[in-house]
Amino acid sequence: MTAAIRTSGLTKRYGDVRAVDALDLTVERGELYGFLGPNGAGKTTTISVLTTLLTASGGKAVVDGLDIHKHPNEVRRRVGVVPQEYTADEDLTGLQNILLCADLYGIPRSDSKPHAMELLRLVELEDAADRKVSTYSGGMRRRLELASGLINYPKLLFLDEPTLGLDVQTRTAVWNYIRMLKEEYRMTLFLTTHYLEEADSLCDRIAIIDHGHIVRIGTPTELKASIGGDVIVVGVAESDPDISDDIRKLSLVKDVKKSDHEYRIKSEVGEESSIQIIDLLRSKGLQVTKISLTKPTLDEAYLEFTGHGIREEEASKMDAFKHRVTLMRARR
Amino acid sequence: MTDDLTRSTVTTQEQLAQDEGQKMRERAFRAAPKLNRSPLHGLWALTNRDLVKWYKNPIQLVISLVQPVVWLGLFGKAINLSLDVPGGYFSYLSAGMLAFIILFTAAFAGMSVVWDRRFGFMNKALSTPVGRGAIVVSKVLQSVVRSLIQAAVVLGIAVAFGMDTANFGIMTVAGSFAILFFMSFGLSSLFVMLALRSADWQTQMAIINLLNLPLLFASNALLPVESMPGWLQTVVRLNPVSYAVDGVRQMLLGATSAPGYSVLAPLWADFGVLVGFAALLSLLGIVLSWRLLSK
Ligand SMILES: Nc1ncnc2c1ncn2[C@@H]1O[C@H](COP(=O)(O)OP(=O)(O)OP(=O)(O)O)[C@@H](O)[C@H]1O
Ligand SMILES: [Mg+2]
Repeated sequence: MTAAIRTSGLTKRYGDVRAVDALDLTVERGELYGFLGPNGAGKTTTISVLTTLLTASGGKAVVDGLDIHKHPNEVRRRVGVVPQEYTADEDLTGLQNILLCADLYGIPRSDSKPHAMELLRLVELEDAADRKVSTYSGGMRRRLELASGLINYPKLLFLDEPTLGLDVQTRTAVWNYIRMLKEEYRMTLFLTTHYLEEADSLCDRIAIIDHGHIVRIGTPTELKASIGGDVIVVGVAESDPDISDDIRKLSLVKDVKKSDHEYRIKSEVGEESSIQIIDLLRSKGLQVTKISLTKPTLDEAYLEFTGHGIREEEASKMDAFKHRVTLMRARR
Repeated sequence: MTDDLTRSTVTTQEQLAQDEGQKMRERAFRAAPKLNRSPLHGLWALTNRDLVKWYKNPIQLVISLVQPVVWLGLFGKAINLSLDVPGGYFSYLSAGMLAFIILFTAAFAGMSVVWDRRFGFMNKALSTPVGRGAIVVSKVLQSVVRSLIQAAVVLGIAVAFGMDTANFGIMTVAGSFAILFFMSFGLSSLFVMLALRSADWQTQMAIINLLNLPLLFASNALLPVESMPGWLQTVVRLNPVSYAVDGVRQMLLGATSAPGYSVLAPLWADFGVLVGFAALLSLLGIVLSWRLLSK
């Protein structure tokens, strides 16, 4: 079976700007693939090219076994898209919006009517189904977009920053829908985000993208591990003898630093090492005054690979406007 | 015992809820149904969307009627030019006002394309397999339907205020609306085409203003061609709006000849010009939509 998405040298240029620059990536079927990058990194552009909204300037991409240049319409039929901005028609009700979407896919009404209601129930919008979208809150709109993206029974779903501007509860709810889509329906999901904890908690694999390049691909654990490992801080009495060398001999420990009354130990697996260290200290008859274990966050990995934090990028006027509209609606 | 009972009811209920959920999910993601793959699928859905938005908001209809009605009242009744035209100036102007409302409604067909781009709906539509041509044609069709309904209302108002109905009949009224249909189709295609790439309503407004008033004033909608300077008469003859007005007057007012008045072209030629105009511009629009709607 072919991969869900495979690109080679995929490029999209705007004048001199290479929004997507020779992208090579493979997304396996059933995978929840995260695309993590700062503003302007090229995430939306990549999704737009893969969903045939934009034509690539170069390179190849195969989506669900279909070449996007040769069979754009078949690709559109098969994939679902939940775009970054809200696209629902404010003057129509939630249900009307989904039905309209279904019509655009050519799904007969006999099927789309029950299916639309099921999807609305899935995202807990059935009570608001007959209300105009202009009365929806930001979280409701986001969930409606999610439901619309599922109307054509896609096996592969693209989600562009699905939790942008949502509060904690709604974000958690959206995460749960996403997990459910993967686990219960075996869907392949391609998700972009610039929330690190989102990528960390959801994704099987993450590609960190910057300036249209992929700078790193790996599982969240791999990415974090590549930064260094867990940090254990062990407090001891100042008068105790220095046993750094003994600690260093423990199998998983990578590095030990001793200051006046504490050790800073880097370990590949922090949990195991801490127990071994406590045992070691005890066996020497020394007291542990405190102990703490810190896992590296994706933040650190991210900063290391992109060389900067979340950055403001000058967007085109249009994007800025859409973004503002999205935030404005999200806040309501 | 009681404990057991409660527990078993709870389990049944939970079981039921789970079954329900499971059924729902299975159905939500069972095999996709057979899709309608005709290139025109979705055309009616898109057209209907704009029409629903329109009739759910009757203020728009009322506002669009204000201008032609004010014109009729002001120039047709209050000033009532004593021009020697068939049926009197009020009736003469009424026929022009039908073209006026078609022209102004068509001009705003492009505006709805601009809004759809701005608010992301266009991207949504483009990410589905709906035909790119269907998107364009739907914008044209909704404008045509709206403009014809508005023209019918204007005609009703004109008749109520004394438009000459001596020549009204099924054939003449139907014929007039047929010619207005072609005019609307051509003009709507033109304005939709000009809006295809734009997400900027100021530019679109400028285009509307740039084209609307010349198309109106450099036509025979308000004044007879004979009263115009020679160069303007040439422009009037190049303006498709003139042929629609000419055709409507010939049919509704029986204005074929009168002292000091002559038709612009024979009726069959009026129809020919408008059918050609509509066909040319709508074809151009569909061809361009393939190029312009993807980047
Ligand atoms: N229509 C356009 N014309 C010119 N440049 C564009 C256009 N669209 C995007 N770009 C540029 O391409 C680059 C990538 O943009 P893109 O929208 O893909 O970023 P993103 O990763 O989705 O950012 P964000 O997190 O802010 O959504 C940016 O530098 C942007 O300015
Ligand atoms: Mg983006």
